[in-house]
Amino acid sequence: MRTAVFALGLMALTAHAADLTQVVTEKSQIGFVSKQMGVSVDGSFRKFDAQVSVDPAKPEAAKARFEVDIASIDCGSQEADSEVKGKSWFNTALFPKATFVASRIRSLGGGRYEASGPLSIKGISRDTVVPFIVRAEGSGAWFEGNFVLPRTQFKIGEGAWSDTGTVADEVLVKFKLFVSQKK
Amino acid sequence: MTERYNPVTILLHWAVALLIFAAFPIGLYMADLELSPTKLQLFSYHKWLGVTVCFLAAVRLGWRAGHPPPPPIAGMPRWQEVSSVAIHHLLYLFMLIVPITGWLMSSAKGYQTVWFGIIPLPDLVHKNKELGELLEGVHETVAYVLALLIVIHVAAAIKHQFIDKDGLMLRMSLRPEGKTRS
Ligand code: HEM
Ligand code: HEM
Repeated sequence: MRTAVFALGLMALTAHAADLTQVVTEKSQIGFVSKQMGVSVDGSFRKFDAQVSVDPAKPEAAKARFEVDIASIDCGSQEADSEVKGKSWFNTALFPKATFVASRIRSLGGGRYEASGPLSIKGISRDTVVPFIVRAEGSGAWFEGNFVLPRTQFKIGEGAWSDTGTVADEVLVKFKLFVSQKK
Repeated sequence: MTERYNPVTILLHWAVALLIFAAFPIGLYMADLELSPTKLQLFSYHKWLGVTVCFLAAVRLGWRAGHPPPPPIAGMPRWQEVSSVAIHHLLYLFMLIVPITGWLMSSAKGYQTVWFGIIPLPDLVHKNKELGELLEGVHETVAYVLALLIVIHVAAAIKHQFIDKDGLMLRMSLRPEGKTRS
């Protein structure tokens, strides 16, 4: 992991002038939709960070590592926010961050791409495939997509909460990231 | 023998009564629970029961428009006649207001209501934390007002049954031509 980050650091230094490296967090969003008793409930993360180096004309060659600050979660109510930081959900005291490293990116054609690599949450790491589209805007580009996160595979919601009849296993993670050139 | 309510009115009356007697205690109990799967389930059941009350109450009012209640029983003092009509109207009003405020509150808090987990009801207001908290207080208050009205209503029914022994209860009885025991 450390070497990967180091390699990414080098990548960033040697990146082409055209490469986008700055995730504009104020414009970007990482949200999710969970199903509780059959009802979709929206949530989001207020804080996240990324090391990215991408040429929007050639996203296949991009390198990216994302880090989400789990404690910045907004589930819609204070009660729910404090509950999901607890042991049976994310256990943020022990596992404050979720990370995703896009180690391979392939083009699906038509401006659609697929990033795959390890997604790590709560000390559990699983290879995950994340489809996304790229849309250039001004001096940067939008990277948008969503994927289904099987929460029980990451032990998000243990004990009584592992009952997927109340809170469904499939959580839809949605992201919309604006990446620009370094200022 | 006095005139009875028509069977549809009687059925709706007891269906709504039963649902309220279930929804109210569930509401009280669930509100103080710690967040758990049970709490989420009870919230859903409460909302489903409450929405059913709302729909049945609307059906009831529609039905009542075409089927007026029987005339008051003979020999009842005027003040009782007036107050019973007033309480009945208030009961109808709060049968609608209580679930509607609950529905609005849920929308404002960002939790849509999906009737029996199948039929999604439209969110009548946008997600808005302050409005959600305000409506929570309103829902609680009007629910208590409804409870108070029901207590008065049931107390009056009991008085008619056991003190006046005037057979008023038979007008709303589920048993057709129920045998008078008095
Ligand atoms: C154990 C509980 C209950 C008893 C014994 C009871 C009894 C009765 C009786 C005997 C009547 C007929 C009154 C008359 O002939 O003038 C009546 C009417 C009515 N009850 Fe109840 N009731 C009960 C619960 C409820 C509940 C929970 C509600 C709803 C919130 C309710 C709403 C009404 C309404 C609105 C009427 C007037 C019907 C009309 O004139 O259109 N009752 N009830
Ligand atoms: C006849 C219908 C209803 C009755 C008698 C009723 C009664 C109550 C009562 C007594 C409470 C507890 C208040 C407290 O102590 O805080 C409550 C809470 C609640 N009700 Fe209802 N309710 C009804 C319908 C509905 C409907 C239709 C919905 C939503 C669609 C709803 C949603 C809620 C929610 C979300 C709470 C919990 C508020 C909180 O603590 O966060 N209710 N209700």
